[in-house]
Amino acid sequence: MESTDLAAVWLTLKLATVVTALLMLIGTPIAWWLARTRSRLKGMVGAVVALPLVLPPTVLGFYLLITMGPNGPVGQLTQALGLGLLPFTFPGLVIASVFYSLPFVVQPIQNAFEAIGERPLEVAATLRASPWDTFWSVAVPLAKPGFLSGAILGFAHTVGEFGIVLMIGGNIPDKTRVVSVQIYDHVEALEYTQAHWLSGGMVLFSFLVLLALYTFNPARQKAL
Amino acid sequence: MSSEICARFRVDRSDFSLDVDLTLPGHGISALFGHSGSGKTTCLRAMAGLERAPGGFFALGDEVWQDDSRFVPTHQRALGMVFQEASLFPHLSVRSNMEFGQKRASTASKRFALPEVADLLGIGHLVERMPAQLSGGERQRVAIARALLAAPQILLMDEPLAALDLKRKLEILPYLERLHRELAIPIIYVSHAPDEVARLADHLVLLDAGRAVASGPLNEVLSRIDLPAAFADDAGVVIEAAIAEHEADELTRLEFPGGRIFVSRRHEAIGTRLRCRIHARDVSLALTPQVDSSILNCVDATVVDLAPTDTPGHVLVRLQLADEPLLARITKRSADKLAIRPGLALRAQIKAVALLA
Repeated sequence: MESTDLAAVWLTLKLATVVTALLMLIGTPIAWWLARTRSRLKGMVGAVVALPLVLPPTVLGFYLLITMGPNGPVGQLTQALGLGLLPFTFPGLVIASVFYSLPFVVQPIQNAFEAIGERPLEVAATLRASPWDTFWSVAVPLAKPGFLSGAILGFAHTVGEFGIVLMIGGNIPDKTRVVSVQIYDHVEALEYTQAHWLSGGMVLFSFLVLLALYTFNPARQKAL
Repeated sequence: MSSEICARFRVDRSDFSLDVDLTLPGHGISALFGHSGSGKTTCLRAMAGLERAPGGFFALGDEVWQDDSRFVPTHQRALGMVFQEASLFPHLSVRSNMEFGQKRASTASKRFALPEVADLLGIGHLVERMPAQLSGGERQRVAIARALLAAPQILLMDEPLAALDLKRKLEILPYLERLHRELAIPIIYVSHAPDEVARLADHLVLLDAGRAVASGPLNEVLSRIDLPAAFADDAGVVIEAAIAEHEADELTRLEFPGGRIFVSRRHEAIGTRLRCRIHARDVSLALTPQVDSSILNCVDATVVDLAPTDTPGHVLVRLQLADEPLLARITKRSADKLAIRPGLALRAQIKAVALLA
């Protein structure tokens, strides 16, 4: 394997790890709110979170590119803060990936929170646990399978993305050139051997991830 | 500890309304009795603060948990609650379940130690297990222990036996009676089972369609004949009697102020107090002492009043023994023939006694 291939693998793992960590932080409160709220906004927020499931990645990438670009609101903000522009940088890729993989993390965690039901939370309240205490000592432990599924799916989905990387990240070695883009390059250059190595690796990785998901967490089989 | 409990709640929903204003004793077991949909569970949940009843009022002695200006959230109320299903936390061991509330209760109010409570409920050998390894009855006992360890000033029980089969019920009832005897805190017990109420309650509230139709000491409510037939075929009173003697012919004599009752030989020691349920349908009346009757249990009684019942052709007669009330259900024809009227002294013959233990 060439060093550029290794760099792409390393970058992909780094991206997926950072994105998964961020998704757990952002996705958990959203999942909790969606699971518990009686607000009329629930359907709206749920639909927005789920949009990346049905949109072509190019559409999402296009709008993110415009928003974060020199004339977009986020782009103007980052420029005003002296951070420069986000498109075609690693942080830009992280932000795009967070949007793109959000539903894969939120939905399993939301389902797990909903499956707990009202009763254990009421029981905790009658045993002097504040809502914050109840969240950490009852809801999170009981929703552990959902967190595991969400993390695995979020990680795997980020590893597998392609369209949005092209739109937002481009193809800059060590910065935005992830495995899926590298494979595309190899095939374009007719370097089938290298393409085989990386593609085969992706097949194996994806299979192992799903195997882990189904083996350790049989309940997910129904939900998936 | 023996200060009164005041509860005033109004809940209006499209399919259901609750409107109660209750004063309950600050000790012993108060039962909220009614059919499903009568509002008893909603009332209990409002006491716990799990159900919002705006404009309501709830106070335990001097401590006000809800009035117009404040609503103490559930987790800041010193209560223990036992639900219909045991609802143990499946991710925690029995010990951790029991310690959950104990750890969070304010240290000043800790009254029980874990081994003591485990012993009271007979679950000492289970503490290292996981909830999934317990039977339904064991789980419910752990749930009761868990509630007690949170140092409650009041224990709320929402049909704690309803989800259990008869065998498990009989397994738990003695422990509930023990709580009744040994705990200083009041217990509010929601049930739709007349047997449980007769066996456990000291104070009885009858709920019907969201209204409290009666509230008072157990026998006072049970012997009211003007109430809608909440107990229907089960109308009757509860008499607490002490075992006086185990007689030679396999009978045990129970005595209470104003009378004696013979029952099949009991295994309890002399002096043990037992609750006896006497159904109105098992009591017949005679104007003169019957010497040639096979019925052994007869007591002197005075007629207080009588009222029609839901059973066609029958009337319900309220009688007064020395200290206790008694109900008899007889036919209208007999009542007319014997000229039953208030003030009449007669003999009540008790055909069957259900011992509640």
